[in-house]
Amino acid sequence: MNRSSVNHIWLHRFAVFTALATLALLAVGGVVTSKGVGMAVPDWPNTYGYNMFLFPPSKWVGGIFYEHTHRLVASGVGLLTTILAVWLWIVESRRWLRWLGVIAFFAVVLQGVLGGLRVVLFKDEIGIFHATLAQLFFALVCAMAVFTSRRWTERRAPSRLVSENTNHRAEAVLGAPVRRLVLATTVLIFLQLVLGATMRHQHAGLAISDFPLAHGKLWPATDAASVARYNSNRAEVTGANPITSVQIVLQMAHRLMALVILVCVSVLAWRVRSSGAPSNASARSKNGSQRAETVLGAPLRRLAFGWLALIFTQIALGAWTIWSNKAADVATAHVLVGALSLVTGVLGCLICFRRSPQDERSPVAAFSETAPVHGVSV
Amino acid sequence: MQYCPAGAGLISSRPFFDPKNKKNMKLNQTLALVAGFAAALQLATAGNITGKVTLKGTPTPDRDISDDMKTDSNCGKLHTEPVKIRYCIVGEGGALADTVVMLKSVPGAKSTGASAAPLVMDQKGCEYVPYVAVAQTGQKIVVKNSDPTLHNVHPSPVNTTGGNKEDNKAQASGAADLTFEFPAAENFLKFVCNVHPWMFAYITVTDHPYVAVTGKDGTFTIKDVPAGKYTLVAMHRKAAATGVEKEIEVTAAGAKADFELTMPGAK
Repeated sequence: MNRSSVNHIWLHRFAVFTALATLALLAVGGVVTSKGVGMAVPDWPNTYGYNMFLFPPSKWVGGIFYEHTHRLVASGVGLLTTILAVWLWIVESRRWLRWLGVIAFFAVVLQGVLGGLRVVLFKDEIGIFHATLAQLFFALVCAMAVFTSRRWTERRAPSRLVSENTNHRAEAVLGAPVRRLVLATTVLIFLQLVLGATMRHQHAGLAISDFPLAHGKLWPATDAASVARYNSNRAEVTGANPITSVQIVLQMAHRLMALVILVCVSVLAWRVRSSGAPSNASARSKNGSQRAETVLGAPLRRLAFGWLALIFTQIALGAWTIWSNKAADVATAHVLVGALSLVTGVLGCLICFRRSPQDERSPVAAFSETAPVHGVSV
Repeated sequence: MQYCPAGAGLISSRPFFDPKNKKNMKLNQTLALVAGFAAALQLATAGNITGKVTLKGTPTPDRDISDDMKTDSNCGKLHTEPVKIRYCIVGEGGALADTVVMLKSVPGAKSTGASAAPLVMDQKGCEYVPYVAVAQTGQKIVVKNSDPTLHNVHPSPVNTTGGNKEDNKAQASGAADLTFEFPAAENFLKFVCNVHPWMFAYITVTDHPYVAVTGKDGTFTIKDVPAGKYTLVAMHRKAAATGVEKEIEVTAAGAKADFELTMPGAK
């Protein structure tokens, strides 16, 4: 079988399409949870006794519309992922990427089963896991889209360039502290998404209904009398469960974590702010160093500032979610921008930790081998 | 195992209700007479608890769900007036409806749910009617669908360790009634329709029959309570979710107990 790692433009396009379809699936899934209609279809894998694909459109009323659409889009993403995995297995020469396709296939199957079990077993915990896996799956498919791109397969590894050049700024751009910062921020965003999923899948609505204060204070009271007062004052519209002190603390942790993430991404953007641009004559005059900056720094700089914009947008959406009393469209946008923030972090990690295209090892393997660049600190 | 009254023992291999055993038959009749007499005596000394619940403080504002209703045209067309979720139905003089009033514990009392008439809950105008109700453990809860649209009936108990089970059943327009029952006591057990997520109702399940819900005038009556001293509890979803207690003594003449619930945070 003739396998290669380049010139599979249609494979790459298909991977991108799968990633976009997954984003759409996240949106529909987000709407389902935001509207509180996840249980609108009581059975699974059937829909009201019908084969899922034959359920009459005339019966797609109320919450059924969203939940059934979610199931159909999920089936579509499952099909796309299966095709992508088979395609990769047939034409791709990088063994780790072929296996990544297999992992994606099993992940999408697991995700579908989890969604079904959430419905028939009535377990919120499964819903939290389902939401978390959705984010990870989206990041995985986006990474696969990157791995199949021509830019990825043709560009030289940044670590090699750093070692071949002595330009200080290039070192600073991809120094170990920057790499660690990108990685740590990505992990923080993932934890933040898990926190968010936990809050959403407890179906208790807004545990704190004001922002930037919390129940009128910097840190809200969580004693029983105060919690009773919060529950009495709110006018929930979806039969939400009563809020508890734990949920209030969860939301406060979510807010604080958002601040930490904002600081991390801001520091990253500051560190890489001038990399990748022909900033001065001396940089241009040094043979090779300019190329190093452009190749290494430009993508990271663009990514860092894009990331910062996403985080600002995400914080604004978080505030708007509260001010709108958790309007379904706003809350879903908050979920989506959260997913995009995670993916941006993952892409940042790929930029920072990638190896040479000639190197057959997976990007994951590179994490354990990244030695810190000498003389650089944050 | 056969049912034996206290003291009869479980050792005899002979059927307790052996028609040939005249001695046992006589004993049976005597015991039945005693039990009947005790019941009659209890009824004679039993009384009704009556009272009124009022609200102090600013009630939780109503929530307009007219736009939500329109997301299913079958629901939207059922209403010409604005539709609201009324968390606190407050009448004249602060009379508070939908308050569950119950005895906290009644020694020796058992649920009569199995023989009680079913509690009927309807889905009408894409709303649950009633919004707050009470039932006993083992009592049948019949859910009807009077709407021209499909609902899913989704009871979400919290007391699952006690044996209450979450369920979720579809009910098309005109479909047969659905029946639920719960083996364990639970306050404000939530029923929700996820097809129309603004539809929810609460049923308090008790393990005895001494419970009532206040009407629009805030009054309640708990019937045939055996004479004695009790703790009476009044619970309201918004005004007193965990309940306000009052000590009472019931005599043959009954007892009267009024509650003034205060909205949490009100001064």
